[in-house]
Amino acid sequence: MSAVMITRKVRKWEKLPGKNTFCCDGRVMMARQKGVFYLTLFLIVGTCALFFAFECPYLAVHLSPTIPVFAVVLFLFVMAMLLRTSFSDPGVLPRALPEEASFIEMEIEAANGNVPAGQRPPPRIRNVQINNQIVKLKYCYTCKIFRPPRASHCSICDNCVDRFDHHCPWVGNCVGKRNYRFFYLFTLSLSLLTIYIFTFDIVHVVMLVGLTGFHTYLISLNQTTNEDIKGSWSGKNRVQNPYSHKNIMKNCSEILCGPTYPSVLDRRGVMQQDDSPSLTTAATPSSTSDSTVPQTTKPTAPLIPNEHTPDDAKPSIATSTEISTSLTEESESTAHKVPPLASPETDVEASIAKAAAH
Amino acid sequence: MATEFHNLQELRHSASLVNKVFVQRDYSEGTTCKFQTKFPSELESRVERTLFEETVKTLNNFYAEAEKIGAHSYLEACVACSTAYLIFLCMETRYEKVLKKIAKYIQEQNEKVYAPRGLLITDPIDRGMRVIEISIYEDRGSSGSSSASSSTSGSTAR
Repeated sequence: MSAVMITRKVRKWEKLPGKNTFCCDGRVMMARQKGVFYLTLFLIVGTCALFFAFECPYLAVHLSPTIPVFAVVLFLFVMAMLLRTSFSDPGVLPRALPEEASFIEMEIEAANGNVPAGQRPPPRIRNVQINNQIVKLKYCYTCKIFRPPRASHCSICDNCVDRFDHHCPWVGNCVGKRNYRFFYLFTLSLSLLTIYIFTFDIVHVVMLVGLTGFHTYLISLNQTTNEDIKGSWSGKNRVQNPYSHKNIMKNCSEILCGPTYPSVLDRRGVMQQDDSPSLTTAATPSSTSDSTVPQTTKPTAPLIPNEHTPDDAKPSIATSTEISTSLTEESESTAHKVPPLASPETDVEASIAKAAAH
Repeated sequence: MATEFHNLQELRHSASLVNKVFVQRDYSEGTTCKFQTKFPSELESRVERTLFEETVKTLNNFYAEAEKIGAHSYLEACVACSTAYLIFLCMETRYEKVLKKIAKYIQEQNEKVYAPRGLLITDPIDRGMRVIEISIYEDRGSSGSSSASSSTSGSTAR
């Protein structure tokens, strides 16, 4: 019985020298350090997400729905260009195979001649003429090739790259002959996207700056917005603001550097079980001959109800009539005059005048 | 000719590699892909100069066609850009089409011209577009009845 050897297909990318990372079975090629690339992704996606979530609904309704649509298209183009730049081969020159490397070495030795021991070998340079100009091609000791013109060795990726522009940490890859176009379109489209978003944001920024300026004005004059709208302290016939210290610094320091006022609500205080009798029981016609002022058990209920008293604080009509009749009976006999509870005249002056009339 | 082979398979199986010659890039016109037409001295006894130059010139023409910047390349670039380069998922680029033509041409040249002379041309794309590698093969058998011995030695080797 023969053993069946299952050999896994080994792709060329697995054997490539250099410091690149490969993904998707060799379809994606990047540099080893990818941290800054993730930051770039996060910044672009994050800013645009905020823009789409908060600005676009307003813009679509009040201005035009094409504005967010164009922003989406531009954003997708930016992402496509970024990914294309980051994931593609920048134009890496493969290293020379052993036969080619030794062929070149022999050529160099033939050109330089025998180097006496102890002397440094001359630099490996090959001169070529390009459009009537002499260009020196340098020999790459890592890749064992004479670099083509405009190629350079990237130490981060440990590759020679054709038409090497630079190694960009923001895209996590080298920029060379094959992906320079995408890199440029990425920066161009991202600039457009940033300007586009900022144009709409600048309106909000201007509004915010205006609001801040307005409140700075109010603080310096120790005025409230309400007073400013009503024009309480402006105008010729109006009184001057009595609360102002007449000094900008003093007004500002009162608002900004004044004391921290405590809250009087005691929101977290524990409620007490209150057993004191209600208003109705207290107002039953008492057998007491004393002229007792019916006392309200709730300390917050005013003796003179007005339009602002809550209804449950006001005494009920039935009991109030009882009170008033009992009061009037008593008031006739006594010199004490107590203003009736349910009297339609709640004005202090009217009740005083009424008392004076008696 | 010292040796004669019938086809590429025989060449690979029965011959031994003697040497490799590397035809370098010609940068006199810039960075466009072009190979030197200078005839290497190692091939003097193997192949006619004219045949070699013909091969290299045809290859240079193919590469010039692929890298030409004109109406076709503008159109391809504009269409691709407008689709955010997604169109290349379904479409082949012009360069890729020309590379296929080159591969076919090299195979044809190997079969017709170079293999019968004990030579083999490697596609430059397999060497990073840096060199045209020409492998020189020598027959393992004696140089006398070369074709008969090569076929017998070839069959025993298999």
